[in-house]
Amino acid sequence: MSNRNPLGRENPAPRLDNQSGESFGQTPWQTVGPFFHYGLPWKGGADLVGQSDLGARPELFPANHYVLNVAGAKGEVAGEKIEIFGRVLDAAGAPVSDAMIEIWQANAEGDYTSLTGSGAGFTGFGRSATSDAGEYRFRTIKPGRVPGPGNALQAPHIAVGVFGRGLLKRLVTRLYFADDPANEDDAILALVPAARRHTLIARFSHAGVWQFDIHLQGDAETVFFDI
Amino acid sequence: MNQNPFRPEDAGQPPSLFAPYASTVARSPRQKLVRIPQTMTETTGPVGVWAQLMGPAIADLTRQHAAEPIGQRIIVSGRVLDDSRRPVPDTVIEIWQCNAAGRYIHVKDQWDAPIDPNFTGAGRVITDADGCYRFTTIRPGAYPWGNHRNAWRPSHIHLSLLGQAFATRLVTQLYFPDDPLIEIDAIANAVPLEARARMVARFDIDTTQPNYALGYLFDIVLRGREATPFEDRHE
Repeated sequence: MSNRNPLGRENPAPRLDNQSGESFGQTPWQTVGPFFHYGLPWKGGADLVGQSDLGARPELFPANHYVLNVAGAKGEVAGEKIEIFGRVLDAAGAPVSDAMIEIWQANAEGDYTSLTGSGAGFTGFGRSATSDAGEYRFRTIKPGRVPGPGNALQAPHIAVGVFGRGLLKRLVTRLYFADDPANEDDAILALVPAARRHTLIARFSHAGVWQFDIHLQGDAETVFFDI
Repeated sequence: MNQNPFRPEDAGQPPSLFAPYASTVARSPRQKLVRIPQTMTETTGPVGVWAQLMGPAIADLTRQHAAEPIGQRIIVSGRVLDDSRRPVPDTVIEIWQCNAAGRYIHVKDQWDAPIDPNFTGAGRVITDADGCYRFTTIRPGAYPWGNHRNAWRPSHIHLSLLGQAFATRLVTQLYFPDDPLIEIDAIANAVPLEARARMVARFDIDTTQPNYALGYLFDIVLRGREATPFEDRHE
């Protein structure tokens, strides 16, 4: 709708804006800034298999302003339950305390629930704010293998998105699991220079727990993808 | 289900490194992004499970507390489309913003503008079958920040979308027409000039409700699917 003038006069020429045909195109990314905690992470958003409050940071705003929900009840989730954690670090190796991580993964059978309609127990999507120490943490299951280029199976992996103050747009990476023999033949890992491949491999910490640090910049800079 | 890959980002996206926005300098990668073909991982996403993830819609940010918040009541309405102008139905838009005085309900916002006990500034809406959405809020204020001397953010509303797939994720900011701060803002200016107007809402008298609220139109455009099933774009 144009801005009709109820007084019956012609409007001055409009400036370009969101509704202008000549500016049509993909909406540009903008940073989430430092104050997203009451708007994006929800309680339980980082717990894909249980009922904890993992993922949110409700201590960053008054309790009566918590208007977002606690995640709904989850059904029994099949598969090997795992925990993944790590720190988000800047160029100087300093922890990034106002970042947010999102994950997207297949279930234990290697199915994406949005394709199979089986998301009632396991959605495959999670969100975790980082702590003051720059740490995030998810509880989930080890994903199964999904088809990749040429219909060859990919190694088990989790898609990771990184957001935060100072990140104008999301950075995309992947988490693979150390010592998985399928990593050798993974078509996506094969596109990564061998010397940097290790930045995508989560380290086995202890039983069922994997560590995956994300270096935004510096000598150990994590490989980020253009998808 | 259509598994075609999504078109690449267009030229309107900001770079990760934009030195005038000082926080990008130590937080942006220096290595070139590694181009990968989209696999099922990238062409799927948490579709249709938003309620299970985040809970039901909260479309009126002015009615979350005992009384109404202070500020100019506004309605923001528009469509979520892909870059072929097809509607994106049943997708979630998460919303957060500061109050009318420019203050966030966040302990780390140390500016001394007043907190409004009746305004949180968080909500979410879901697009209908035509990709349309609508929410009611108050117009957020401008606020100073530490990026450089006398830096002020223009009034803006943060919007976060999941879209159809992992590949279509978008977080943006809605700006208001006639705001002189946009052209001197380090975050808005990270976007190439020709695409910046896409982030500026339009005042609309038909969306405006008599004796109630001013109306603004804001369409959001996500990456759309390629017409052909598979195009192996990596070299």
